[in-house]
Amino acid sequence: MTANQIAVQVKNLYVYYESMPVLEDINLTVEHKDYLGIIGPNGGGKTTLLKTLIGLIRPQQGTVRIYDKPPYQAPELLGYVPQYTLFDRQYPISVWDVVMMGRLNHSGLFRRYNSEDKERAQSALELIGMQDFRDRQIGRLSGGQLQRVLIARAITSSPRILLLDEPTSSIDIESETSLYELLGELNKDMTIILVSHDIGVISQHVNSVACLNGHLYYHGSKDLTPEVIESVYGCPVDLIAHGAPHRVLKDHFHKGKKHA
Amino acid sequence: MLDTLTGFWHLQFMRHALMTGLLASIACGIIGTFVVVKRIVFLSGGISHTAYGGIGLGYFFGFNPIFGAIGFSLLAALGIAWVRHHASEREDTLIGIMWAMGMALGIFLIDKTPGYAPNLMSYLFGNILAVPTSDLILIFILDLIILIISFAFFKEFKALTFDEEHATVSGVPVIALNILLFCLIALTVVVLIKAVGIILVIALLTIPAAIVVQFRLSLEKTMAWAIVLGAIFTTLGLVISALFNITSGATIIMIACVGYLISLAIKQFFVRPMGARK
Repeated sequence: MTANQIAVQVKNLYVYYESMPVLEDINLTVEHKDYLGIIGPNGGGKTTLLKTLIGLIRPQQGTVRIYDKPPYQAPELLGYVPQYTLFDRQYPISVWDVVMMGRLNHSGLFRRYNSEDKERAQSALELIGMQDFRDRQIGRLSGGQLQRVLIARAITSSPRILLLDEPTSSIDIESETSLYELLGELNKDMTIILVSHDIGVISQHVNSVACLNGHLYYHGSKDLTPEVIESVYGCPVDLIAHGAPHRVLKDHFHKGKKHA
Repeated sequence: MLDTLTGFWHLQFMRHALMTGLLASIACGIIGTFVVVKRIVFLSGGISHTAYGGIGLGYFFGFNPIFGAIGFSLLAALGIAWVRHHASEREDTLIGIMWAMGMALGIFLIDKTPGYAPNLMSYLFGNILAVPTSDLILIFILDLIILIISFAFFKEFKALTFDEEHATVSGVPVIALNILLFCLIALTVVVLIKAVGIILVIALLTIPAAIVVQFRLSLEKTMAWAIVLGAIFTTLGLVISALFNITSGATIIMIACVGYLISLAIKQFFVRPMGARK
């Protein structure tokens, strides 16, 4: 494997908030076109890790490399999809303008968007099936629709790696299913890393899982043992919601539940 | 009535007042929209009140107070940018302190100015009916600077007011452009001080944009309509204040506030609630 095939390389990473350690001694290697789900309890540092990977947080110690580059030198490689619930839906901006922002990483100061930029934005809109919503102000979209628009913005920047923060929090089941279909499709061309607290759902779609709670407890195949989950969450998690404790990560669990 | 109005046009100070109002509307339509969508109204209030220190300085040392206002508001913008970047958890406190300090310094310096004590009120509440040609030219130049910079960095300003994190990840120099935006707010404040005075700057900066934002247009259209509304408010306010001999700044703001109330009613009764929200 050449160095080129490694999408993310994290070595001895430490991140502190005001001397409180949030991430300690993280070592993580993600291969090109992997589809990684990062899970862990709230406050376990999932979002912090994601923000460190994209260069929003500079680590106090350790290194992060995205395809061999420090993240802040690799804006053209990164597609970032923030939590859509944090958005100001009142902002006077159309779907089209949001998607065009994906081209900022290919377009310097003083440069107007050119026809290539517009073509890419258009094809991203078509891919997520929202070309009819092009001129709609974002406050007039549902949560699932806004989430797709943010993904379109990330795709428009032609990234090699797509990073998503809690993409399915508080959207309905139908949107969630089509969202994962879309991500599965995108995974043919790019590496995907997504952060979620929803262990059950995530494991049906991703290729590998990382369990994070300050430390990285596990990284590998998505078939987790109950012991790993227990050590990450600090107590036996009654896994949960669907009434089959400790078997939630197995594929068969969701049969008949969502993919009827 | 009509004679009175056409009579106004023959008075130089009325022509200057009208032009000041229009120039102020352009600046606050563009920059005010950024202020409203980025929710930095308090920060803008801090910049405008700190400017009073500069006005005091101008009186004390005998130069045009408007240059003092430019200097102080720019300094305030840089100071706030620094605070925001280094001590964000105390940002509002520090802005509040700067706000008060600027005002106190201004009053202190004007008190200590020997000889004639100038009318404090004209800078606090503005005096659009007394804009000399030199100030009009200055306001025109400030407007031009604001327009050129906003146009040159429009897509970046849009990106960083909408989603600062995404802009950062995309390689946009967010810190530098934030500082630039704060400086543009400072220049806008100076233009508005002439029109409505320090205390009322915030109203004219935010009301036109706040009205239009409710109707969910694009950013560009929001700005265009905010300029139109600003022009209507200042012109109407000016005419009413001249006809009935009321303080111009206060009249303009009263008109703007009435406009805001009307917009709330229109929004409530005529624009049906939209949205495919589930």
